[in-house]
Amino acid sequence: MGPGRTDERKTTYREALREGLREAMRSDDRVFLMGEDVGRYGGCFGVSLGLLEEFGPERVRDTPLSESAFVGAGIGAALAGMRPIVEIMTVNFSLLALDQILNNAATLLHMSGGQLPVPLVIRMTTGAGRQLAAQHSHSLEGWYAHIPGIRVIAPATLEDARHMLAPALADPDPVLIFEHGVLYNASGELGPPAAAVDLDHAAVRRSGTDISLITYGGSLPKALMAADELAVDGISAEVVDLRTLRPLDGGTIAASVARTHRAVVVDEAWRTGSLAAEVSARIAEGSFYELDAPVERVCSAECPMPYARRLEEAALPQVTDIVAAAHRAVD
Amino acid sequence: MSPARETRTRKTSKTTEAPKTAKTPRASKSVRKSGKGASADRPGAAHRRDLLHAMLRIRRFEERCVELYSAAKIRGFVHLYIGEEAVAVGVNEALTADDAVVSTYREHGHALARGIPAEAVMAEMYGRTTGCSGGRGGSMHLFDANRRFYGGNAIVAGGIPLAAGLALADRMRGQPRVTCCFFGDGAFAEGEFHETANLAALWHLPLLLVCENNRYAMGTALERHEAQTDLALRAASYGMVSWAVDGMDAEAVETAAHRAAGGIRAGAGPHFLELRTYRFRAHSMYDPDRYRDKAEIERWKAQDPIERLTDRMRERGELDDKEPAEAERRIGDEVDQAVEAAEQAPEESSESLLRHVTSTPAEVS
Ligand SMILES: Cc1ncc(C[n+]2csc(CCOP(=O)(O)OP(=O)(O)O)c2C)c(N)n1
Ligand SMILES: [Mg+2]
Repeated sequence: MGPGRTDERKTTYREALREGLREAMRSDDRVFLMGEDVGRYGGCFGVSLGLLEEFGPERVRDTPLSESAFVGAGIGAALAGMRPIVEIMTVNFSLLALDQILNNAATLLHMSGGQLPVPLVIRMTTGAGRQLAAQHSHSLEGWYAHIPGIRVIAPATLEDARHMLAPALADPDPVLIFEHGVLYNASGELGPPAAAVDLDHAAVRRSGTDISLITYGGSLPKALMAADELAVDGISAEVVDLRTLRPLDGGTIAASVARTHRAVVVDEAWRTGSLAAEVSARIAEGSFYELDAPVERVCSAECPMPYARRLEEAALPQVTDIVAAAHRAVD
Repeated sequence: MSPARETRTRKTSKTTEAPKTAKTPRASKSVRKSGKGASADRPGAAHRRDLLHAMLRIRRFEERCVELYSAAKIRGFVHLYIGEEAVAVGVNEALTADDAVVSTYREHGHALARGIPAEAVMAEMYGRTTGCSGGRGGSMHLFDANRRFYGGNAIVAGGIPLAAGLALADRMRGQPRVTCCFFGDGAFAEGEFHETANLAALWHLPLLLVCENNRYAMGTALERHEAQTDLALRAASYGMVSWAVDGMDAEAVETAAHRAAGGIRAGAGPHFLELRTYRFRAHSMYDPDRYRDKAEIERWKAQDPIERLTDRMRERGELDDKEPAEAERRIGDEVDQAVEAAEQAPEESSESLLRHVTSTPAEVS
C-alpha cells in the first residue's frame, strides 16, 4: 500500500479519482500521468497528491505551461503504445490544446484509414460555482461532445469517479473526462464496484413516474435535490444521469420519457447550441408521441460567468429553477 | 535514466540566401570534417547514384501529379515538393525502419523516400481503397503505420507536438529510436513549435526537428514573417544542438542528418536542422504565385538539387552517358504503373463512410 491510501468506504470525489489513478498506474506500467503541476504540487485541485511519491517523476510528469505541446505529446505517446493520462487544469485552458484534440486525437484514426487509434485519456475540470469568474468556470464539454472520434464522459458520483478511469484507459480511442469543480469535495460512502460501471450507458439515479430530470456532472446533485422537493409536492421525478455525453445513450433517455411523458433537461452550459439542445432534439425526434408537455430546459444564463456570488448564482441552474420547470411541465 | 546532459553549443553557420555556386557551403563542410565516422560514411559513387535516383523519382512522380491534377484525376489541395527533394532524400538516409517520421501536407517526397510504395501514394490521391490512407486522407494526409509514417498533417506545426510524444514514448521505454519531424519555416512562427522545442529540450527527447526553410509561408516571405530570420540560431536558444545546412545539396543534408541522428541516438537530446531550400512551384495548385520575383525563382533553379548532384557526379566521372536515360525509363515505368493501378483500383464504398471514426462502431451516437 502506498502513502495516501484512503479508506475504501468513506471517501471524497477527489480521493476516488486519485484511487482510480493509483490503481491504473499500479496495474499497467504503460500508464503515466502528465500535466501542469500534477507532481510536486499534487494537482491544481489536489487530485494527484501523493502519486509522485509513489510512482516517481517519470510517470507523474510535471509539464511546462504548454497545453498544445503536452496534449500533442500525449497523442504521440499513445500512438507509440503508451497509455497516457493527460490532465488539463480546466476546460477553459483546454482551448489552447483544441487543435491537438480535434485535428489530431479525434481525427487520426479515420484520416489514416483505420491505421492509427489514439488510446489517450484527457482529464479536466469544468463548471462554475466557486466564484472563479469568466475564465475558469465554463462548461464546454458540450463542444467536445460535438466531435466524432472521441468519447466524452462526466463522472458525477463517487462510484463513477472511482471506476470510470479503467474502462476509459481500456478504450482504444481518446476519452475526455470532465470533472466538475464543485464535486471534488463531495463525500460519502463508496459502494462496492458496481458491475454497471461502463462507458456506454446513462444511469437512472432515482426512479419516478411523472417527469424525467435529465442531467449530468455537477448538476446531478441539484437534480436530485429538486426531485426531493418535487416529491413533497406530490410529483414523482425520475433522475437520469447521462454519464457519457458522447456517444449519448439515447435508449435510456427514450425509455425514461416513455415512463414519465415529460422531461426537463438540466445543463450548466449555455442554452444555445448546447448538449441540452441535443438531448431535447432527440426527444423531439424519437419520443414526440410520448410527450404530454413540451420539453423544458434549465441552463446557464447567456453571459460570461460573473464573479459576484449573487450574480453567479443567478447565472447558474438552481434547484428552484429545476422545480419550477418541472411544475410548468406537469401542471 | 537521464543520460548526461550534453553541453549544447550553437553550430550554425551562414549559408548564402541563394547559393551562387554548386560548392558545398561552409556549414556542411565543417560538419563533414568534424563528424565522427562521417568520412567513413562518406557516400561513394554508388551511393550518390542512389541519392540521385531517389530525388529523380520524387520529381517525376510529382510532375505526373501535375498532369493528373490538370486532368482532374486528382483533386483537393496538392502541394508539390519540386526543388526540395534533397531534404527528404538526404534526411531519410539517416533513419532506420524503427525510427518514426511525422510530416506535413507537403509530404509526397517524405512518403516516397520513407518507402511507401508509389502505388499506394498515387491511389490515395485518387481517393481509392488501395490508397495508403484508404482514400480518407488524400495528398495532404498520407499515412503508413507499418513504416512508422505518422502523416501527413495539414495544420501548420500540428504534427510537432505529436512527434514529441512518439519520442517521449521511446525515451520512457529506453528505445534507441529517433522521431524525425518535418515542418516549414512558416511553422516556426507557431506556438506549437516553440512549446514543443522547449518541452523536447527540457525532457531530452530523441527528436530530430527538420525545418524545411523554403523562404515562404504561402505568399509571405521569411523576412515578412520572422523578426529574426536565422532559424537555427533561434532553435539553439532552446538548448538544442542546431545547424543550418544547404538544403539543395543532398550529400550535405545526408551528412548533417547522420550527425544529428547519431547525437540523438547517443542520448544528446533533440537536434534541429534548418535546411535552406526553395520550392520551384507555387505553394499549391491553387496558387497563382504572384508574390515572388521570377528572377529569384530562376536563381534558385540554378541550384536544382538534382542537377547539382548530376554535375558533381559528371565532374568526377561517376555517371556514364546512358545511365540517366535508364534511370528515367525505370522511374517512368514505376510511375506509369502507379497511375495504372490507381485507375483500376476500386473506390471506397460510401457504406464504409463511418468506418474508423471509432475503433469499435458506437451503438449510439
Ligand atoms: C494552423 C494553420 N494556419 C494556416 C494554414 C494555411 N496554410 C497552409 S500551408 C501554409 C504555409 C506554411 O508555410 P511553411 O510552414 O513554410 O511550409 P511550406 O508550405 O512552405 O512547406 C499556410 C499558411 C494551415 N494549414 N494551418
Ligand atoms: Mg515555407
